[in-house]
This record gives sequence, C-alpha cells and structure tokens, in this order.
Amino acid sequence: MTTALLELRQISVSFDGFMALRDLNLSLQPGELRAVIGPNGAGKTTFLDVITGKLRPTAGDVLFKGRSLLNKPEHRIARLGIGRKFQSPRVFENLTVEENLALAVSHPKRPWPLLSAGLSAVERDRIAHLMGIVSLQQRAHQVAGSLSHGQKQWLEIAMLVGQSPDLLLVDEPVAGLTDEETDLTADLLKSLVGDHTVLVIDHDMEFIRRLESQVSVLHQGHVLCEGSMDQIQSDPRVIEVYLGRNEEAA
Amino acid sequence: MLKAFQQRRWPLVIVWVLIIAAIVAAPAVVSGFGLNLLGRFLSLSIVALGIDLIWGFTGLLSLGQGIFFALGGYAAAMYLQLNSSSDEPNGIPEFFGLYGVDQLPGFWQPFHSPWFTLIAIWLIPALLAALLGNLVFRNRIKGVYFSILTQAALLVFFNFFNGQQKLINGTNGLKTDVTELFGQQVGSALMQRGFFWLTAVMVILAWLAVRWVVRGRFGEVLIAIRDDEPRLRFAGYNPTLFKTIVFAMAGGLAGIGGALYTVQSGIVSPQYMTVPFSIDMVIWVAVGGRGTLIGAILGALVINLARSQISTFWPEGWLFILGGLFILVVTALPEGVVGWWQAGGPRNLLTRLGVARRIGTYPRLEMDGKEEVQS
Ligand SMILES: Nc1ncnc2c1ncn2[C@@H]1O[C@H](COP(=O)(O)OP(=O)(O)OP(=O)(O)O)[C@@H](O)[C@H]1O
Ligand SMILES: [Mg+2]
Repeated sequence: MTTALLELRQISVSFDGFMALRDLNLSLQPGELRAVIGPNGAGKTTFLDVITGKLRPTAGDVLFKGRSLLNKPEHRIARLGIGRKFQSPRVFENLTVEENLALAVSHPKRPWPLLSAGLSAVERDRIAHLMGIVSLQQRAHQVAGSLSHGQKQWLEIAMLVGQSPDLLLVDEPVAGLTDEETDLTADLLKSLVGDHTVLVIDHDMEFIRRLESQVSVLHQGHVLCEGSMDQIQSDPRVIEVYLGRNEEAA
Repeated sequence: MLKAFQQRRWPLVIVWVLIIAAIVAAPAVVSGFGLNLLGRFLSLSIVALGIDLIWGFTGLLSLGQGIFFALGGYAAAMYLQLNSSSDEPNGIPEFFGLYGVDQLPGFWQPFHSPWFTLIAIWLIPALLAALLGNLVFRNRIKGVYFSILTQAALLVFFNFFNGQQKLINGTNGLKTDVTELFGQQVGSALMQRGFFWLTAVMVILAWLAVRWVVRGRFGEVLIAIRDDEPRLRFAGYNPTLFKTIVFAMAGGLAGIGGALYTVQSGIVSPQYMTVPFSIDMVIWVAVGGRGTLIGAILGALVINLARSQISTFWPEGWLFILGGLFILVVTALPEGVVGWWQAGGPRNLLTRLGVARRIGTYPRLEMDGKEEVQS
C-alpha cells in the first residue's frame, strides 16, 4: 500500500460549541478520484476549509505528502499543490477570461517574476488549451463578471486545472449546469485522474455515479461510510440519513 | 478588439499631446505666479497617481497619504535649511535659536548630504508605508478599517510634528523659499522655473512607472485583490506582499510629490498632514477616474486649478463646489470623468438627448478600466 497523499486525522471543528466536524478521518491515495456526498450542513465545505488553511481545526491534524498543513497560510498550501474550486463560483469578475486563466497558470506567483516578464509561450498555449476545454475561446477577452453562472463554474474549473495542483478539491462543480455540461464536467474530472488526485463534493447523484469512484458519505461532521455507489445506496445507515430526501438518494 | 482599441485610443493621445504642449508652452505664456501654481498642482498629480495605484487598482482606500507627502517635503526642506545656515549662529537653522536649541538634533545630520536627501525623499515614506502597510495587511485588516487606521496614523503624525518645536519647528513648519540651492535662492524665478520642469518630468516618469506596474500580470493580481482577495490566496498568491509593495510605492510617490510641492510653495508644515487635505487627494482621483492613470493626473490638476481660480473671486464657494462635485461623481459617474468618457459616456449622453444614434455594443464590458493600460 502506497502512502496517502492526503490524510485527515481526527479532525474536529467547533463553531462556538457547534461541532461542524467531529473526529473526521479521511485519506486519499495518489491518483485517486473520490466523491463526497452528504446532506446540507454535513460539513463538506468545512472540511475543505480545513484542508486549504481557511479554517483551523479545533483538534486533529491534516497531512499532505506526509507533512502537516496546520499553521500554514492559504497561499503556501496552494503552492504545495492543493487547488480548490468554491461552492458558488468565485472568479475575478473584473478580469477577462484569459486574464483569470493567466493568473492560475502563471508560475512562479511572486511579485518580481510577474512584473519583469510576460506569459511564456508554454503558458499561453496552456491558456488557449484550457479555454478550448471549457468552450470559452470566444469569450477570451470578456470580463468574467459578464459570464453566465455555468460559464463561471467552468471558468473556475479551468482555473483550478490550470493551477496544475496535485490535489484538486472540487466543491459542487455542476450546480447550475445543464445535463450536457454536467457530463462534460464529469469527463473532464475523470480525465485528470491518475496524474492528479481529485476530490469531488456534490449532491447530484447522477453526476457522482458517472464518476465511477469511491464515495464517502459525510453526516453531521463524521464519515458515515465509504464504498462504491451501489454499496452506499444499499447501506441502511445512508438510507436512514437521507430519509425524506429520497429524490436525492435515489 | 485591437481595432476597437486603436479607435478609442485617440482621446488619450490627444490628452497627452495637450499636456506636453501645455507643459512646454507654459513657461512662455504663463506668469511666474501661474507657472508656480501649475508646478505645484503637477506635484499633486504624482501623489494622485500613487493613490490611483492603491485605490483604483488594488482597492486600498488610504486617507493618510498626507503623512508620506509631508515626510517627502520635510526631507527636502531639512536639506535646504542646512544648506543655507552656515552663516547662522551655531551653523544650524535659525529657528532653533527661538527655542534655545544650540545643537543640531541627530536625525538632521544625514540631511547635510544632498544624495542622502534625494534618496530619503522617496525611501523614507516608502519604508514607512511598507512597515505600516505590512502590519495592517498581515493582520488582514481590510476595507473601511484600513481607511480608518490610515486616518488615525495621519492624526498621530500631525500631532507629533505639530508639537515638536525643538525638533522641526512644530506648527510653523520649515520654510524653503529663502533657502539657497546651487547658490541661488530657491524662491527665485529661475529656480522656480527649474522646479517646474523637474516636476513635469517627474509626472511623466511616475506615470510610466505606475503604468508599468499596473499593466501585465502584476496589474492583474492587483485587480484580483480588489475583486476577491481571499480567493486569490487559494490560487497560490500572497496578497499581503503585493499590497505592501504597492502601498510602499504610493508612499514613495507621495514623498516625491511632497518634496516638489514644498520647494514650489516655499514651506512645509504640519498643515500638509491635516485630514481634509488627504481626503482631497482621494477626491481628485475619484473625480478624475479610478483605475485610469490619466484620470488621476487630470483630476489633481484640473480640480486644483479650478480651486485656485474660483477662490480668487468666491473664496467661500469652493467647498460647496468640491462637495457637489464629489456627490455628482459618487452618484452619477462612479468611474470618474475619464472612466465615464472611456465607457462611451459622451455618446450615451448624446443618444439619450436624441442627438446621436444608438450604437449596438457596450465596449466597456470588454475593457473595464484598463484600456489605457492594455496595449
Ligand atoms: N463560520 C461558521 N460559523 C458557524 N457555523 C458554521 C460556519 N460555517 C459553517 N457552519 C455550520 O457548519 C455546518 C457545516 O457547514 P458546511 O458548509 O460545511 O456544510 P456543507 O456540507 O458544505 O453543506 P451544503 O451542502 O449546504 O454546502 C452547517 O451547519 C453550518 O451552518
Ligand atoms: Mg458546502
């Protein structure tokens, strides 16, 4: 067994006494694709906040490539190779599509290199390639603020991929996308697996099924169970949790 | 897009041709007094460029630029005073005698050197800005809290300088017009003309420097900070560093502007660190157009020229005009006059008045405040 790329050990997060996460354990192997589902308020976004340094856990440790991420600022964690897409799309509204991607692709991300040189030919190609993948070539010079919701979702996914992180944390990538776009997104994420490790959070069961990945079910800040989609859906505990939310679990 | 850009570039070219023509022609057509005023207002344009960099592009509204402006002015004035006091008792500036000080305070010593002074004029304000800025930015203090802190710092500096008679002549400030430089009196017509040219050149250099910073990827990072700073961190950027750099640069520009203003107005005093003056600086940029460099320059220049003209025949009216102008900009022209112009404002206005035909596209959508920056 290879060592885990990411390991969350006994993570707890308390908001003024309310336990958003309790003793959460989760580990990802390099090259793995993992889906995380769970009812609203289960703590899915919160545990991404912990991994990416936005939130300090009350207890527990997060290891990435064997090193603890605790006490590291967000940008350092990002530079170690962890990229994140936010639940509601967050792109830089006053920058064009191309500029948004340029920020993601640029390397290194320190002031002087950015000031002294433009994009390299390789970086330009990457940007063009990414725009092609998410069908935004025509909008290259349009400010991101003028894009539709779905286009913003895709732009942010493209930015995430452009950052070429080892670990991609993707929070509800298909919310507000059409069925066709949802399928394309699933294919895009699957194509990254192997070279990258991908963790996807979503409510859309069709989408999760399409990913053909291991699924972890989060409930009240705790991992309820893990397994394939079929195993999960026949697990009585999961049915219990989703009781009354049948349209999502079905 | 390139074509559209070239078509809309001509107003900018014309503005620059006019500015340069005005600068070249000014000494010949304007009286000594008028030239002096113009030189002073051009110095203020340099300060405005710095404010545009931190506010227009990066979203940092500083209400304390007067600190850096005054520090640049004091640095210049201290050198000039020392340079002209060899005949005074103890060989130190005359005002010290009033307070019974017979030895030069230690921090004055390095200002004997013209080279030290030339560097101190921008480096001391820039370092102070970097220090203050880093402290604030590192603690993730943003938005209105940042503005309040800068204003608080301004008050601290104002009170300190105001109270230190024995160190820097307190509320009276330091005069420069009767000091000497290159064997000439600083207030003389010849020297003043020289300072005018120097200021004009510095405005252009400052414009080039800020333009260099805000174009390209560094400028994109600044706009991203303005848009969504927390998001930028997750992309691997450290906004604290970028903000510290631009705040230091704006501080340095304010210092240069302050030094040039001081030698052309003949005095530096704690009055440069009053709250209204620093707010004025922000208004110049707001009216001219945030995020458009030419807007900052013109805003500072035109508003101050208007003030000097209007004040001569209607002294109490100016504040009403300035207040009205600010309200107009906030409510009707949030992008400032130049921003409004670049967004096709004049044409839209004519269309609304039924004079011009409606055009199909809205070019602003594609450009957003960066037109003069992109090429
Ligand atoms: N900053 C905060 N302060 C207090 N409570 C919070 C905070 N952030 C999240 N919570 C609470 O923690 C719980 C978990 O929230 P989280 O956003 O992680 O849920 P989620 O699984 O992502 O839900 P959703 O599916 O709606 O996105 C929720 O009950 C939420 O109200
Ligand atoms: Mg969530």
